Amino acid sequence: MILLWLVLWLLIGGLLAWLLARWRGVWARWVSLLFTAAYLVAVVLIWILSPQAEAIAPGSWLLDLNVPWIPNLGISLHLALDGLGLLLLALVGVLGVMSVATSWQGVQKRVGFFHFNLLWILAALAGVFMAMDLVLFYLFWEMMLIPLYFLIGIWGYENRTYATIKFFIFTQAGGLLMLLSILGLYFVHGNNTGVYTFDYFDLLGSAMPLTTAIWLMLGFFAAFAVKLPAVPLHTWLPDAHTQAPTAGSLDLAGLVLKAGGYGLLRFLVPLFPEATAWIAPAAMIVGVVGILYGALQAYGQTDIKRLVAYTSVSHMGFVLLGVFAWNPLALQGAVVVMLAHGISTGALFMLAGDIHDRIHSRDLGRMGGLWSTMPRMGAVGLVFALASLGLPGLGNFVGEFLVLLGAFQANVPIAILATLAFVVSAVYSLALIQRVFFGPKRQGLDLPDASPREMAIWAVMVALIFLLGLYPRPVIDTARPALQAMQEYASGGAAQMQATEAGLAGLAPAAVWDGPQPGSDGGGP
Amino acid sequence: MSAADLTALLPLLVLSGTVVLLMLAIAFFRHRTLATAIVLAGLTVALLAILPASRVAPQEVTGLLRIDGYALFYVGLLLVAALVVAVLSHGYLGGQSGPREEFGLLLLLATLGSAVLAASTHFASFFLGLEILSVSLYGLIAYLRHRDRSLEAGVKYLILAAASSAFLLFGMALVYADQGTLAFQKLVVSRPNLSGESLSPLFLAGLGLMTVSLAFKLAIVPFHLWAADVYEGAAAPVTAFVATVSKGGVFALLVRFLTGIGHEAYRPIFIAITALAVASMLAGNLLALLQQNVKRLLAYSSIAHLGYLLVAFLASGSLALTASTFYLVGYIVTTLAAFGVVTVLSTPEGDADDLEAYRGLFWQRPGLALVLALSLFSLAGMPLTAGFVGKIYLVAAGAGSALWLLVIVLAVGSAVGLYYYLRWIVVMYQQPDSVSEPSSGPALPLAGGAVLGLLLLVLVWLGVYPAPLLDLIETVVASLT
Repeated sequence: MILLWLVLWLLIGGLLAWLLARWRGVWARWVSLLFTAAYLVAVVLIWILSPQAEAIAPGSWLLDLNVPWIPNLGISLHLALDGLGLLLLALVGVLGVMSVATSWQGVQKRVGFFHFNLLWILAALAGVFMAMDLVLFYLFWEMMLIPLYFLIGIWGYENRTYATIKFFIFTQAGGLLMLLSILGLYFVHGNNTGVYTFDYFDLLGSAMPLTTAIWLMLGFFAAFAVKLPAVPLHTWLPDAHTQAPTAGSLDLAGLVLKAGGYGLLRFLVPLFPEATAWIAPAAMIVGVVGILYGALQAYGQTDIKRLVAYTSVSHMGFVLLGVFAWNPLALQGAVVVMLAHGISTGALFMLAGDIHDRIHSRDLGRMGGLWSTMPRMGAVGLVFALASLGLPGLGNFVGEFLVLLGAFQANVPIAILATLAFVVSAVYSLALIQRVFFGPKRQGLDLPDASPREMAIWAVMVALIFLLGLYPRPVIDTARPALQAMQEYASGGAAQMQATEAGLAGLAPAAVWDGPQPGSDGGGP
Repeated sequence: MSAADLTALLPLLVLSGTVVLLMLAIAFFRHRTLATAIVLAGLTVALLAILPASRVAPQEVTGLLRIDGYALFYVGLLLVAALVVAVLSHGYLGGQSGPREEFGLLLLLATLGSAVLAASTHFASFFLGLEILSVSLYGLIAYLRHRDRSLEAGVKYLILAAASSAFLLFGMALVYADQGTLAFQKLVVSRPNLSGESLSPLFLAGLGLMTVSLAFKLAIVPFHLWAADVYEGAAAPVTAFVATVSKGGVFALLVRFLTGIGHEAYRPIFIAITALAVASMLAGNLLALLQQNVKRLLAYSSIAHLGYLLVAFLASGSLALTASTFYLVGYIVTTLAAFGVVTVLSTPEGDADDLEAYRGLFWQRPGLALVLALSLFSLAGMPLTAGFVGKIYLVAAGAGSALWLLVIVLAVGSAVGLYYYLRWIVVMYQQPDSVSEPSSGPALPLAGGAVLGLLLLVLVWLGVYPAPLLDLIETVVASLT
């Protein structure tokens, strides 16, 4: 029941914020802060109280809830939590608190409805990361769109209507294709076994001809690739990000994109191992193209939020690459990239939002020389720009390095190409800092530096990105059993992948990070 | 006629009795509130009469009607929808001039016709039901005859509906010439070898003509040309009625008729309906993109939705029947809610049918905007609304029968459809252009508000916990096969 309450808690918080704001706007902020913080505490408690990674057998679940919902079709309310889900739930909590905090001053109109939408996005995301019934997953997947749509459409910038409609139609079209695939899988499984169910665990290992599997897999892939986003399905992202209010960008980059990566990890590969093996080379190429293309595009932008949005395309290319390399190192790397990107890019969006609050422009041409007036914000910006370029010691480096190691095992030329990312990301990150904080001063006014509220936000974010960079072991330990379990689910048919996996047993992540650990990695039998 | 027959017919008898009573009441004492009270009471009693009727179901009444669970379910659905329309129209007609009492009379008659359709198993009752419905609709659509568009819509509907009735009669005649019977049941018994080649051309032509006529009533492309004009011209509650009660009754009949004769077996019919479904989904959604008038927009949207319904209808098995019935329920609830908001926002001078009339509604009338937004989301098939579960069921039914072309067109159509639903929602939360404009529009009548609130609850309830209704539908459609 705890799992259901995590979602309901946020939903109730949203309603309460909306109602209370009818009297006092500020109550909505406090209620939202209280509810998101309590949610975060609950998730952290679950994390602390859960057994140590060594004690978890792969494939066991920390918490599980399964009650019938629409038994007529075999749809159940099935929520379950493993290490992967737990990490992402924690990310939802952290960025949830941050989005409430960062909107404290920036959002002044229709405060209640704003926080309602904010909390409902978080609730839907929490549901996405726990749903183990495909229809329930689809429900949460679609459910997060509506509040996000309102968030961008009402509180966004000048061109928001275009951006929201484009965003909505892209993601909806992907979602509908996924729905078709979900139902196709349902009937393939039902015809084979006579059991008609949408339950993830029942559908794992469904036998089907490769062509069928490829078609069904492509439906899922379309939805996840749009969300991730993978080039060339990324074009909604810069528009949506640019037009979104700060909290919207934060949730979009930090959380919604992660739903795409999570979907690839949790559903795409375990459900269709053979078909993903078939598409893996192409998908890895798409990943590399995304990494490089996103980075180049980022360099060419004049709008700060658009620039950061393109860096997201680049970073999420690593997730795609890592997932399709499908060996322990790459998978753990992909998880770390997701977390680190959530924090670092989220922070850059908050920075962009705070700068916008001061100079009322997102145009890089109107910035410059801000370091002299806002040294504290400059320092923080520098930290996250360095994180974004993959400086060792900061979170992104760990993830991207692991992905590259894993990808190198799977496909050498692609890994080499992907390594170029460290060059281009250095170019755009430093250009960002140069254009915003250094150079001639273009703003005549003395702008206020970061307020205590902003400094508190930054402190947390900086601490997290350092923690992830310097001591990633708790994160990797938490994710490892879940990732191993997923590899075992997928190992039924993916002979190709097995080969790479087996070859990697000696290079497993525990060996890399913590010295040898008996029998805890390697995935394959 | 036995007592059981009469009990089974009770809902229809109550409706007919109310019509007579109302006519007499108007003749002697013309009073609008009294007329509405009689209409509401009649509909409620008819609704309650379903309970005793369900005890004797299934019951064949005179060979023309079959009162089974399926018929009673649809009669109940249509009565509830008519009840909603009656409540909404009372407030709507309040500001109109001219005689307003006959509106209820026509409403009851049209509902009766629709209910007869849901129960008919014979061409005679089929035609009678359809004509009772159509003739009352002529009056209803042109009711506000001082409005040019209303009159135009009425005349347009009259001419086209009369033509379609001619098609229907001719089709029936051909089928009769071939089969020598007018009862659906006997058609099944005497149907030819199903392999196709021995299918009589006469029979096939008859079926084809009848399909044209039914497609006209359901406004399926290419027989949809009346829909947008009628939706636009008719008063908002009448439009709601045309979109729900009229189409619901005809769809119930179509399902009963074609399921009865086993339409899956008739390849040409199957192909023809597939083509109609694809055309409806595509044309409906694409044409809706171009509309600035919300009533026209909803007209094209309902064309597309009927196309979706045909997908489930073409799929075979009980899943398909459950899917189409559930979807229809969701569609009726949603459409009533959407038109309910349009009705409530309308003024005596004209309906609130310009998209611009909705600018800033979110901030001026949050309650109404919430109802409208949720019903639009439901039409778009978003989660937590009836439309979501309905869409899952439709796609499941289509995929279960491997109708991939239809299912993919459905998905593409829904994606296109999103655009115009969203456009409406976007307008609702945009700031009004002129600040000086006061939050206009009539005050929300109590009854209308209550009805909208109930519709909203049902909409969400069906989206969150549809299992009880699904159980009911499953038992009901079992009585059909």
